[in-house]
Amino acid sequence: MADAVAKGQTSAQSIPALLARNVARYGGYPAYREKEFGIWQSWTWAQAAEEIRSMALGFLSLGVERGDHIAIIGRNRPMHYWSMVAAQMCGAVPVPLYQDAAAEEMAYVMEHCGARFVVCGDQEQVDKIVEIEDRIHAIKHVMYTDKRGMRKYDHSRMNALEDVQDEGRAGHQRYEAELDKRIAELTYDSTCVMLYTSGTTGKPKGVVLSNRNIIETAKASSEFDHLNHNDEVLAYLPMAWVGDFIFSIGQAMWAGFTVNCPESPETMMTDLREIGPTYFFAPPRVFENQLTSVMIRMEDAGKLKKKLFDRYMKVAREVGPDILDGKPVSFGQRLSYALGNLFIYGPLKNTLGFSRIRVGYTAGEAIGPEIFSFYRSLGINLKQLYGQTEASVFITQQPDGEVRADTVGVPSPGVEVKIGENGEVYYRSPGTFVEYYKNAESTASTKDPEGWVATGDAGFFEEDTGHLRIIDRAKDVGKMADGRLFAPKYVENKLKFYPSILEAVVFGAGRDRCTAFINIDLTAVGNWAERNNISYASYQELAGHPRVYEMIREHVEEVNANIAEDPMLSGCQVHRFLILHKELDADDGEMTRTRKVRRNVIGEKFADLIGALYDGRDEIYTETEVTYEDGRKGSIKATLKIADAKVVSAKTMAEAAE
Amino acid sequence: MNDMSDGYVTADGRQIGGVIMEMKNITLRFGGVVAIKDISFDIRDGEIRAIIGPNGAGKSSMLNVISGFYIPTEGEVMFKGVKRGPMKPYQVARLGIARTFQNIALFDGMSVLDNIMTGRLTHMKSGLLAQAGWWWTGAAKEEDEHREKVEKIIDFLEIQNIRKTPVGRLPYGLKKRVELARALAAEPKLLLLDEPMAGMNVEEKEDMSRFILDVNDEFGTTIVLIEHDMGVVMDLSDRVVVMDYGKKIGDGTPDEVRNNQDVIDAYLGVAHD
Repeated sequence: MADAVAKGQTSAQSIPALLARNVARYGGYPAYREKEFGIWQSWTWAQAAEEIRSMALGFLSLGVERGDHIAIIGRNRPMHYWSMVAAQMCGAVPVPLYQDAAAEEMAYVMEHCGARFVVCGDQEQVDKIVEIEDRIHAIKHVMYTDKRGMRKYDHSRMNALEDVQDEGRAGHQRYEAELDKRIAELTYDSTCVMLYTSGTTGKPKGVVLSNRNIIETAKASSEFDHLNHNDEVLAYLPMAWVGDFIFSIGQAMWAGFTVNCPESPETMMTDLREIGPTYFFAPPRVFENQLTSVMIRMEDAGKLKKKLFDRYMKVAREVGPDILDGKPVSFGQRLSYALGNLFIYGPLKNTLGFSRIRVGYTAGEAIGPEIFSFYRSLGINLKQLYGQTEASVFITQQPDGEVRADTVGVPSPGVEVKIGENGEVYYRSPGTFVEYYKNAESTASTKDPEGWVATGDAGFFEEDTGHLRIIDRAKDVGKMADGRLFAPKYVENKLKFYPSILEAVVFGAGRDRCTAFINIDLTAVGNWAERNNISYASYQELAGHPRVYEMIREHVEEVNANIAEDPMLSGCQVHRFLILHKELDADDGEMTRTRKVRRNVIGEKFADLIGALYDGRDEIYTETEVTYEDGRKGSIKATLKIADAKVVSAKTMAEAAE
Repeated sequence: MNDMSDGYVTADGRQIGGVIMEMKNITLRFGGVVAIKDISFDIRDGEIRAIIGPNGAGKSSMLNVISGFYIPTEGEVMFKGVKRGPMKPYQVARLGIARTFQNIALFDGMSVLDNIMTGRLTHMKSGLLAQAGWWWTGAAKEEDEHREKVEKIIDFLEIQNIRKTPVGRLPYGLKKRVELARALAAEPKLLLLDEPMAGMNVEEKEDMSRFILDVNDEFGTTIVLIEHDMGVVMDLSDRVVVMDYGKKIGDGTPDEVRNNQDVIDAYLGVAHD
């Protein structure tokens, strides 16, 4: 692979080398834009290179050594991206950190990597560093981008990043030779960046990625989607996240496209509309919120507009995805889609900022099929990918024309994927990380000597299409009593796609069939109750209402029918369910603070309810302890009904097929 | 400044300059009602000066005297060493005094940006005719310059996301911030804030406090504020005037005022036997 690159169109072995290449090739094209003072300021590749170089010279004047770690804590701004490349030029390792991390969490990471220099976005970040500085003696110098409120600080070991650049410019004759020497020393195996994994399990781990990892991945993925120097991205996701590093540094440097930085996190939607990126990434949540706001605004729209919208959205749903995938569509339908585009889809896409999107990706968690197909039907090429930090993002992704809501695509170019005996997904690729920093033990347990890395996710390849489907975290996947696969999260996600279901917990490991707890969404169901003249006095009363049960039963049965189509997972259909009388809550320990259900806690706490789900009773009386916001405890008493749901047996499916 | 020699240094190390405004034996009567009775104090360059007191103590009246809206019945207001006579609002603005109001006084139908632009009015040179000429008369260029100043304030107060939003649609806390932005657009030397945190929640109060401190620090603006929240006042201000029933009962640093028996009595009440 490395040889192919060496012989190929470029021999760039590092990000600074790619920067030099881009200056030569695209010197006058915009490289970075940032909205400031209400105006998009831009820098061409040549200008950006000058800024980065003077920053690197400034770093040298501050005494940055080879192998130093430079922490970068701030929102997406050109200055921060430049500081990462400037660090690389000096032979140092950039370590972007999550800016919303508390000082405590930062202290751990800073101590672990021994950062001697810190680039802070603003006063807020500087304050955190000042707070932990006494404990971590390694920090030699702090730099900051936004000068506001910084005047009163002791500047003996602190500087504005701008002033560091000026320092570099002034002292360039002293440091030019040294800087050129350091840039020349960079190889394909030099460390490109170190990223800390969020650490949902245990302490954060520092993932070391080499130039080879980043450049090979950027190259393969840019070619996969034909990215070029005319593309535009909006950089708004946390800089500490591997995806942002790949999109805004790796691919941007490789393909030479423009990185646009929003004015502030709150203006992201407006900035998105103004820029109209051609290449866009967002977690499902962003797409969900946008869709919700469109639907709410359409509810308030005039009759004619609403009618037009409904009519043409129906057309879009029917033929939009096929047109996008280049499948045959009749002339009449094409015509009405074109009209719809003129009246509805075009203006709507413009409002959303998606007019120019060629390639859009979503990843991170499952996206609801309705949401996914809404965007696809508008003609937005939204696709899914599957990846993780240790892989430099890309493990699998969906090629154009083979896009579906329920798969994560085929292995990315250069990536090998295999399924372990327990169903766990393994991969091996040029993007596979070098090591966990100062943690040989974890490195060895994650990456085997042959280079295969365990993802921790369980999945399988579809036989006919070769697409990978992720079903659950490997540790949550179990077996039912008769040995069939039990993947609770897979079912729960399907249930949660219904707006009226807030949470679902599916049981069935080691049992003969599956059952579920359902939490209704008070906003959605309350709204529905209002429209249907159903009166209720409390959450509990609404949750126990027969018509709510009826609605949820329909949802469960639809999900069952859907699951039954999948022979491997057909055992996970929900036979019986109950609607919980209280919302699952982090204060009661039933969920984590990031709203993930804690199965074992729920299993213990509601053991009586689970028992009732399996012993055939129709209702059960229960008392549950709850914790109020001020820490007091109380209890709720309730009699819960248990409902049966129709399941589709694999046999009837086979019959239906005949 | 004519008189730098008698400045002082604050607890956090800022140099406060000489007196820029002096109230000499101010009394204000409305018919038979005495709103302010023989009050004297001064305001120094670069300081944050608070006026506190229970309801009806005469704080807002005092602020109106400072702003020149009320003419004191007795006593003198000295501004930069000169006795100030009756003035029209625009004359006050030209002196470099700007204010915000207890009850928000913005143009609800106009965008945040336009509202703040109105704060630039005193600095605009082109008259109506010149503005009608637009391109040839340079009015467009002048507007660009004002817009640049306004954008700096928008950035400073972190309200970029509501730049184009009509003010009427904004929540209360943000309206207060827009009002501060408009006052700042006039580039005042002396900024008067009438209960800048009234009706705000804790988080909004913290934000507003930070902005007030930053304004003072960044632009060197002298700030006079009226506030009910004692915690906020004690944290923010360099010196505090305490009023009760139109009289001054205390004047000094927050610590001095906090330990002043009269002030404690006025706030907590005294047992009458």
